[in-house]
Amino acid sequence: MERDTRPAVVVGAGPAGLCAAIELKRAGAPVLLMDENAKPGGQLFKQIHKFFGSQEHRAGVRGIEIGKDLLRESLDLGIDVRLDTEVVGLDPNLKVWAVEGRRRSYTLDASRVILATGATENAVPFPGWTLPGVMTAGCAQTLINVHRVLPGKRILMVGSGNVGVIVAYQLIQAGAEVAAVIEAAPALGGYGVHTAKVRRAGVPMLVRTTIVRAEGNEGVERAVISEVDGKFKPLAGTERTLDVDTICLAVGLTPSIELASLAGCRTFFVPELGGHMPLHDEFMRSSVPAVYVVGDIAGVEEASTAMEEGRLAGIHAAFSMGYLDSGEMERRTADTRRRLRALRQGVFGAKRFTAKERILAEKEKECP
Amino acid sequence: MPMSPDAPDASDRTLKTLGAPSLAELRAAGVVPSREELAAHPCVCVECIEEIPCNPCETSCPQGALTVGQPITNLPVLDRQKCTACGLCIPACPGLAVVIKSLEGDRAKIRFPWEYLPVPAKGDRVEMVDRLGNPVCGGTVVSVINPARNNRTAVVTAEFPAEYVDDVISMRRL
Repeated sequence: MERDTRPAVVVGAGPAGLCAAIELKRAGAPVLLMDENAKPGGQLFKQIHKFFGSQEHRAGVRGIEIGKDLLRESLDLGIDVRLDTEVVGLDPNLKVWAVEGRRRSYTLDASRVILATGATENAVPFPGWTLPGVMTAGCAQTLINVHRVLPGKRILMVGSGNVGVIVAYQLIQAGAEVAAVIEAAPALGGYGVHTAKVRRAGVPMLVRTTIVRAEGNEGVERAVISEVDGKFKPLAGTERTLDVDTICLAVGLTPSIELASLAGCRTFFVPELGGHMPLHDEFMRSSVPAVYVVGDIAGVEEASTAMEEGRLAGIHAAFSMGYLDSGEMERRTADTRRRLRALRQGVFGAKRFTAKERILAEKEKECP
Repeated sequence: MPMSPDAPDASDRTLKTLGAPSLAELRAAGVVPSREELAAHPCVCVECIEEIPCNPCETSCPQGALTVGQPITNLPVLDRQKCTACGLCIPACPGLAVVIKSLEGDRAKIRFPWEYLPVPAKGDRVEMVDRLGNPVCGGTVVSVINPARNNRTAVVTAEFPAEYVDDVISMRRL
């Protein structure tokens, strides 16, 4: 097979994109890795906690160190990493339009495009939500762990998924007090070990509870919360006021699919993985065969699954460009797929596994 | 799934409502050592009762006393015969769910993970807390270790009155 010498373009240098670029480069394929941020690593450099998983998933290692290792590996391999470079356009013929440093604009023809654009945090509107001091949990995490700025002294966390409880823990570590973690559902969402370590630090966790409004003049001074009924409607007479100066929203993420839509990738609605997302097959190929989707854009999961999906796509793209034979591709992806399966087991993983199976089945049906 | 005879009532299943497991939930999971065991030798308590994909406790144990196996969502199983209570599993657990407890007469001891500043020092008088973060009794820090291999998870040992041994899980931040 003749080798395709046009580069594979990886968009997004988070865990999924870094791993995809590393596998492409390892196979000898030309690759460009683009990221709109000044630093690569995506969310990894905010993750100061030890990761779950098995030893081969780097469990027990803090996310920030996994980020450093991936970065070192990509530099050692000599990957062309283009930072401050925003990919603003992509057409179905794989013409990539990039803007560098908000000054220079250029296009290039890619042989493959791997979209690792991640996800965007959801917000929930309520009276007072535009007051300074209301922010997403990811914003608070960036402030404390990247910029070393404490957003407030007393914090209300809205949402008890892993993001909410992990950021609550890190806010306490950074010196803040967390007044409560509230959850509208009847059960807490995050891993029990995460909620347990926050709870033992004295943080109340309130299920069937929502935020009603934020109050304050120049910024947040109070949060009014209330119990909810089975349909998430506030129950009259259950309102309580908490003295807080910061309200963090950890109410889910939505895949960032703009570029996939521009490229014409067919999407599918999967609520348990964050909403609309591009269909993909077992090698992370979208309905546009030369466009791959990996990490949170292909369904919101975790850094560990994002890294494996990135590897899967990178290996397959290198194969499809003629840099690996089918036996070598099968051998390398077999390990990756085995590790991905291991991450999607148990009470939390099973839901994601089933959702992913649905995406594969729909892809098979819609674009065989 | 069949209910085990000692399955806790709904009101005792607090992990997903209050955020921390109740003693009844932990007992049903078989992770609470008896007073006799605690008096006989230090007991590793792995308070990990939810299937998540995680096994660093297994790989950290030099004795092979902790088994997760395949799939890695299995709950860890502890073999007390093999366990030497070396404590390497305490900082290895990303969930901070492992402590070691023991009883000596009317005093109890707990070794637990600690990731807050300030880190306590030997001799500090501290307040021991239960799983809900409520203060339960006074305690004294006996030792603090934080070698490089712990990767910034300190391990604190504190001593407190024996009667609170089942409830105490950590200490209040300084």
